[in-house]
Amino acid sequence: MNVPTMASLFAEGKQPEVLFWVGCAGSFDDRAKKITKAFVKLLNNAGVSFAVLGTEESCSGDPAKRAGNEFLFQMQAMTNIEIMNGYGIKKVVTACPHCFNTIKNEYPGLGGTYEVVHHTQFLKELVDEGKISLEGGTYKGKRITYHDPCYLGRANNVYEAPRELIKKLDAELVEMKNCKSRGLCCGAGGAQMFKEAEKGDKEVNIERTEQALEIKPEIIAAACPFCNTMMTDGVKNKEKEASVAVMDIAELLARAQDL
Amino acid sequence: MEYLPNIIFAILLIFGIGFFAKNVKKLRRNILLGKETDVSDNTSKRWGNMAKIALGQTKMVVRPVSGLMHVIVYVGFIIINIEVLEIIIDGLLGTHRIFAPLGSVYDFLIASFEILAFLVIVAVVVFWLRRNVLKLARFIKPEMKGWPKSDANWILYIEVILMGLFLTMNAADYQLQQLGAADYIQAGSFPVSQFITPLFDGMTASSVILIERTAWWLHIGGIFFFLNYLYYSKHLHILLAFPNTYYGNLKPKGEFSNLESVTNEVKLMMDPSADPFAAPAEDAAPPDKFGASDVQDLKWVQLLNAYTCTECGRCTSECPANQTGKKLSPRKIMMDTRDRLEEVGRNIDQNRGKFVEDGKQLLDDYISREELWACTSCNACVEACPVSIDPLSIIMDMRQYLVMEQSAAPAELNAMMGNIENNGAPWPFNQMDRLNWAKESS
Ligand code: SF4
Ligand code: SF4
Repeated sequence: MNVPTMASLFAEGKQPEVLFWVGCAGSFDDRAKKITKAFVKLLNNAGVSFAVLGTEESCSGDPAKRAGNEFLFQMQAMTNIEIMNGYGIKKVVTACPHCFNTIKNEYPGLGGTYEVVHHTQFLKELVDEGKISLEGGTYKGKRITYHDPCYLGRANNVYEAPRELIKKLDAELVEMKNCKSRGLCCGAGGAQMFKEAEKGDKEVNIERTEQALEIKPEIIAAACPFCNTMMTDGVKNKEKEASVAVMDIAELLARAQDL
Repeated sequence: MEYLPNIIFAILLIFGIGFFAKNVKKLRRNILLGKETDVSDNTSKRWGNMAKIALGQTKMVVRPVSGLMHVIVYVGFIIINIEVLEIIIDGLLGTHRIFAPLGSVYDFLIASFEILAFLVIVAVVVFWLRRNVLKLARFIKPEMKGWPKSDANWILYIEVILMGLFLTMNAADYQLQQLGAADYIQAGSFPVSQFITPLFDGMTASSVILIERTAWWLHIGGIFFFLNYLYYSKHLHILLAFPNTYYGNLKPKGEFSNLESVTNEVKLMMDPSADPFAAPAEDAAPPDKFGASDVQDLKWVQLLNAYTCTECGRCTSECPANQTGKKLSPRKIMMDTRDRLEEVGRNIDQNRGKFVEDGKQLLDDYISREELWACTSCNACVEACPVSIDPLSIIMDMRQYLVMEQSAAPAELNAMMGNIENNGAPWPFNQMDRLNWAKESS
């Protein structure tokens, strides 16, 4: 695994084509780190010129903003923008829909304008360009359902890139009763990830997991580290982890390529 | 005495429209209690949205059954207004069916009004059954008790009565035409009311005239009543859906606006060369209150949203928090905002145009913290709303007030924010360890 940092490339006078924004979950959360690594392997394998900020990266500020702390959000945003602008970054790819949304939509007003793509969009481009070839049929005929992350789907209207990738795997894409613009939240957004839920009669992730299990998938595909955690917990709660896997699209692709 | 009916009609018209105009003025004043926001951009896109969403009802048909019924009532409502135009002219001039010389066009018009009126009655009955017999979940949530429930039913009753009067009037007219009564010229075609006509068989012409006139007067009187009922009702959406979809958000739904007042302060803090003791510029506005605790802190478009809400509950039925039994209901957020705004408006009326502090606010007195903190910011409510209302933006503005003005976030969120502040991640990990994953074996 080759993970160049912006600082090291800069020292060599090089500029990568794209910055991979890893995000806090992708950097620290054990489950999400696997997604990060799968994505890096795909990038390495496709020969993409990229770099990460490494220790210079800091929280995008999304959870602070959704919790109502505009101060903290803007502090984070401006610190990150200063660093990214310092490196002259033009294009950003990230596997976290929250970072994706914030950097794409909320950073420009604070002086940080970049072309921002989600990793599913980026991978789709690589597949279309032939830089990733999906042969082998690891997932041929497998029932896979896709859970739309709110911040990718409704928030930014990205519904098709992840679905097309699943179809390219020769898998059978099955849709839940609530999907695309009517997809149900996993329960993590709006800073809920970091607190107990308010009093109610059910957890949101259980409701969503039930919707997924209803259509009997072998794999629940996710495209967000937080959704991944919520759905994984949901599947465990239903004691289905032996028969139903929760995987990120990047992990599916990496495994299909035996990476 | 010959002109008495004309005079009575003119007075009715002036009062009906005058009272309505007065309410519209009040409505406008209340909405403008909100803070300014620039919505002058993208006019062509905005007109397009209005045409598509309000006129074209594109969001209504996401749910096919209620969507189709709604389209019928809506088209019926708009088209039957042509008939109202004739009634007003007749009333003022003392004429009868002044458009009759249109001949076959007139026949066609009256026939289509009748068919629409019939379809409206059918749709309204279905609506009533859905609310009162089938008791669809979204119609019986806690916020729908009391006035909101009776308001919804009143609208349906009024619509049936108006359509019924319209058909009775036509049926009596048709009978009189056949009897050859003076002034009742042969005009119109009555595909629906012809089935009511036989009820008048054997009555004298003067009794039928009495029925026809009574129905005519009650029908137009009912329309003026309905016009003035709007201001007090969720039915206001039939007017406000148009401006509301015009001013609806055009940005990606995930984009929350950045608070400018905060930007200025953060820039000062981050810029080491800025002089913290520099005198503020002459025209600098006094520092804002951060976020919203009452209706006046919201933007006027958000207040327009509140008046536009038709209490359909599509937002609430898609809300993950509500679906899992939490107190939060995005519809209630909109209803509370409207109720509080009305209260503030009444306060201003009673105090000669000035708001006098009443010790109440939108936060806590209407919307509880528990509701606000249950939101996942998933945008399902925004997506579901058929008239481009954004309940999420109000929730977020109120969270900002709680956090930035009151430091009243739940403890776990304070811990999360403390972590971001100290180590650049929502968890207590060291920023220097951010790249450790690259060294770990996979
Ligand atoms: S954004 Fe909040 S209020 Fe709206 S549907 Fe989602 S959780 Fe409910
Ligand atoms: S906000 Fe929109 S969806 Fe929700 S009740 Fe009001 S009109 Fe219906």
